[in-house]
Amino acid sequence: MRERDLVIVGGGSAGLAAAIAAHDHGVRDILLLERDQYLGGILNQCIHTGFGLEYFKEVLTGPEYADRFIRKVRSIDDIEVSLRSFVVHLTGDKVLTYFRPGLLETVRARALIMATGCREKTREMIHIAGSRPAGIFSAGLAQKLINIEGLLPGNEVVIVGSGDIGLIMARRFTLEGARVKAIVEVQKNSRGLLRNLVQCVEDFGIPAYFSHMIARISGNKRVEKVIVARVDDTYTMIPGSEFEIACDTLLVSVGLIPENELIEMAGVRLDRKTNAPLSDEVNTTSIPGLFVCGNSFRVYDIVDSVTKDSSLAGRMAAEYLRGQ
Amino acid sequence: MNSYDIAIIGGGVVGSAIARELSRFRLAIILFEKEEELTFGVSKSNSGIIHPGTQNPSGSLKGRLCVEGNRRIRTVAAELGVDFKEVGELIVAFSEDEIPRLFGLKREARSLGVPGLAIVDRRWLRRHEPNLSEKALAALYAPTAGIISPYRLVYDLSENARRNGVEIFTRTRVEHIVKTGGTFELHTTGGTYRSKFVVNAAGLFADEVSRMVGVGSFEIRPRKGEEFLLDKKREHITNHLLFPLPSRTSKGVLVIRTADGNPMIGPTAEDITDKEDLSTSDEGLKKVLAAVRMLIPTIDESDIIAYFAGLRPVAGDDFIIRHENEVAGFINVAGIQSPGLTASPAIASMVRDIVRRCGLPMKRKIFFHPHRKKTAHLFAVPFSKTRKLIERDPSFGDIVCRCEMVSAREVKDAIQRGATTLDGVKFRTRAQAGRCHGSFCTTRLLKILAEEKKLPLTAITKKGAGSEVVRKARRHA
Amino acid sequence: MMTRPITCIECPVGCRILVTVENGKVVKISGNKCPKGDLYSVSEIENPARILTSTVATRGMPLVMLPVRTDGPIPKTKLLEAMDEIRKIVVDRPVRTGEVIVKNFLQPGVNLIVTRDSSPDQSPREGCPGQSARSIRLINSAFDRTL
Repeated sequence: MRERDLVIVGGGSAGLAAAIAAHDHGVRDILLLERDQYLGGILNQCIHTGFGLEYFKEVLTGPEYADRFIRKVRSIDDIEVSLRSFVVHLTGDKVLTYFRPGLLETVRARALIMATGCREKTREMIHIAGSRPAGIFSAGLAQKLINIEGLLPGNEVVIVGSGDIGLIMARRFTLEGARVKAIVEVQKNSRGLLRNLVQCVEDFGIPAYFSHMIARISGNKRVEKVIVARVDDTYTMIPGSEFEIACDTLLVSVGLIPENELIEMAGVRLDRKTNAPLSDEVNTTSIPGLFVCGNSFRVYDIVDSVTKDSSLAGRMAAEYLRGQ
Repeated sequence: MNSYDIAIIGGGVVGSAIARELSRFRLAIILFEKEEELTFGVSKSNSGIIHPGTQNPSGSLKGRLCVEGNRRIRTVAAELGVDFKEVGELIVAFSEDEIPRLFGLKREARSLGVPGLAIVDRRWLRRHEPNLSEKALAALYAPTAGIISPYRLVYDLSENARRNGVEIFTRTRVEHIVKTGGTFELHTTGGTYRSKFVVNAAGLFADEVSRMVGVGSFEIRPRKGEEFLLDKKREHITNHLLFPLPSRTSKGVLVIRTADGNPMIGPTAEDITDKEDLSTSDEGLKKVLAAVRMLIPTIDESDIIAYFAGLRPVAGDDFIIRHENEVAGFINVAGIQSPGLTASPAIASMVRDIVRRCGLPMKRKIFFHPHRKKTAHLFAVPFSKTRKLIERDPSFGDIVCRCEMVSAREVKDAIQRGATTLDGVKFRTRAQAGRCHGSFCTTRLLKILAEEKKLPLTAITKKGAGSEVVRKARRHA
Repeated sequence: MMTRPITCIECPVGCRILVTVENGKVVKISGNKCPKGDLYSVSEIENPARILTSTVATRGMPLVMLPVRTDGPIPKTKLLEAMDEIRKIVVDRPVRTGEVIVKNFLQPGVNLIVTRDSSPDQSPREGCPGQSARSIRLINSAFDRTL
């Protein structure tokens, strides 16, 4: 089994920044494992602007932001990039097992940075009653289908959740010719940035129902309609307030969950509610030399914060290695 | 016109088991399934429990066939390469006056031939079922209860049946049946077929099929059961299948260990009228949580990662498995609710005997292939073996579903073996059944399905026509 | 004369700005925390415009779709027309991040640029953060707007 100085799991904004920072601070043996066939992570599908305002003082789209870091990483020989590489097992001794087409590899990391990002909360997690037809998507899946694959998931869309991803997708669907019939949010206010409410919802005249919930999904094979209802201050449905919206697509954008099942496997304790690692110091975990950065450490609003956080983690990993 | 000895209507666990059993004989057999794929009907929502035979009235078909099925399913599973695990069940009593009922159930079960029964006390429960509520006083322990994957069983049964000569047609609904002379003419959406015998295993629609030949002696009333899956992290919350004492209409809300690891809680029992209503409800969730917390107090709503509903095809209290004498050659296998999965090998034998008694010559095949090579599932294989798999075929190392660790090779195999939909891939491989519910893998699955089936991406469905996943493609080929 | 509130979208803060309008022209602005809000308010009332981001189809490229954007804002009223134009585009030669694929897209001075390499998984290239070889025009003129 090979031993590497630093292994980084995740080649998105967090992993890329951590790799560069670790190298800047003296680490010369870095293995970056990315499960997709390209570096960039979620940024590749975030084709809208809003990235880099703080870090570069520029207005960039997700792919442009990623491009800066990808080129830097690729110019550093000491960073070995392994694509299509899936970590399936992690021990408390920082031994990783990963898959690649044609290869199963085990490697011991002297220092390990987890930059695995988030997954989305699904319909099942928020218990929407009703049937389970085709046409229900998490906002991120819809975004990938449209932006990466050029596929339109639906023609008449209702979005549940007013987080940024949902708002961005409201605009994206509209621009692609679909009709976004409503945004349904259980809170009193939008969860996303105000600027997104303006340029994604108000700009297109999409009705937003705050203090409302989806009471039921209807449709046997494909979504046919949703029943929307008002909620009171305890988020309980107000009887008699139900109304129908005919649609063929329900987009679920109700929150992100850090992907930390691997470190949980290794014995790191997670906060049961947020799925983030419990730690005294930023980016560290209960396992020495095992760091977590980016959205898998804490869900950040803007990617610039992810870069800052991950650069710090890269530096900490370098310091840790020096101390070994 | 094609002519057969036996036509089976219905491709769930009952139809598949019958097909496989009858394929041992030199007979021309055909099976029709109206849905896009097998196991998309009643069997889709099966919880995978192999019952020991408790909770069935003595003298009932259910009881007898369940006990026999429990014994035989082990051989069947081994032959087909499906995992069967014996975990045992506990029917739990919470008060002194519930205890005589435990003894009553034990007596009843013993008379049916259920082996190994024992009444266990608090101390035993504390040791062997540590998360069980402290209020549990005693339980009836039936060691022969087990768990199996219901989908994999159906697929493996039907594949084996196919291998042994059974013709299986999905997307084919029988619309009406005409009896002319000694033969049945089945008019289906895929053409007309002739058969000497018809076995009606049509689940929720068995009454409608039976009426096609003029036998209207029973009605199928759907009884809905909502089930809730818990996160795999809570896999070891129980060691046995946990039952409360049964009510008149159902076995109650259970804590179920499933073959795939996620604990499941439920089902509810609600009589409805719509045979296509598979919706879940807030009330169902509340009912199940309240009931299940009596057994395992530490189960929390936040543990729930998925939920679905199934419909039991209820036709009275017992199975209806009989030759309809007034329509010679027509065999009804209806009202197969729980313990139908467990009983399926025994049901199949019973149908075989009925057919034989009706005078159909049943010569055993010399070359019957009972065995099926076990499907390779990455998540079920230790890493030492995984390396060999990947060396043999690199696409085993190409991970498509992250949550359940499913490779591209497994997905392609599933498609080759009959999956044409996202649900079909899910039931065969578990891709999309994990915690992210397909958010990560759906894109890739769509592409693999389109490529393997040589279809445009817009034609790929979740569960058959009308459930297409994406509406339009902007891309060039 | 009319006063109405608008939300500035120049940065994540989203200042709530009160704008007084007379004869279609902005006469008073209050509530913004920085000068960008002044510029935004004027253009939002007199000439609302947005940067458009979308994707174009490709042919013969590793990436099936390529993300694109306008390198400056275009009038809000022209967004849907712009989408129609974008749908006609097919990229069939290799392109790099920042490359212009349509000059003077819908209006002079605004181009349509690609925001990702058409073949992303290539061998190491030079460059470092902050200094892209094909530099993207910094948005700082009066009509520049972020989306």
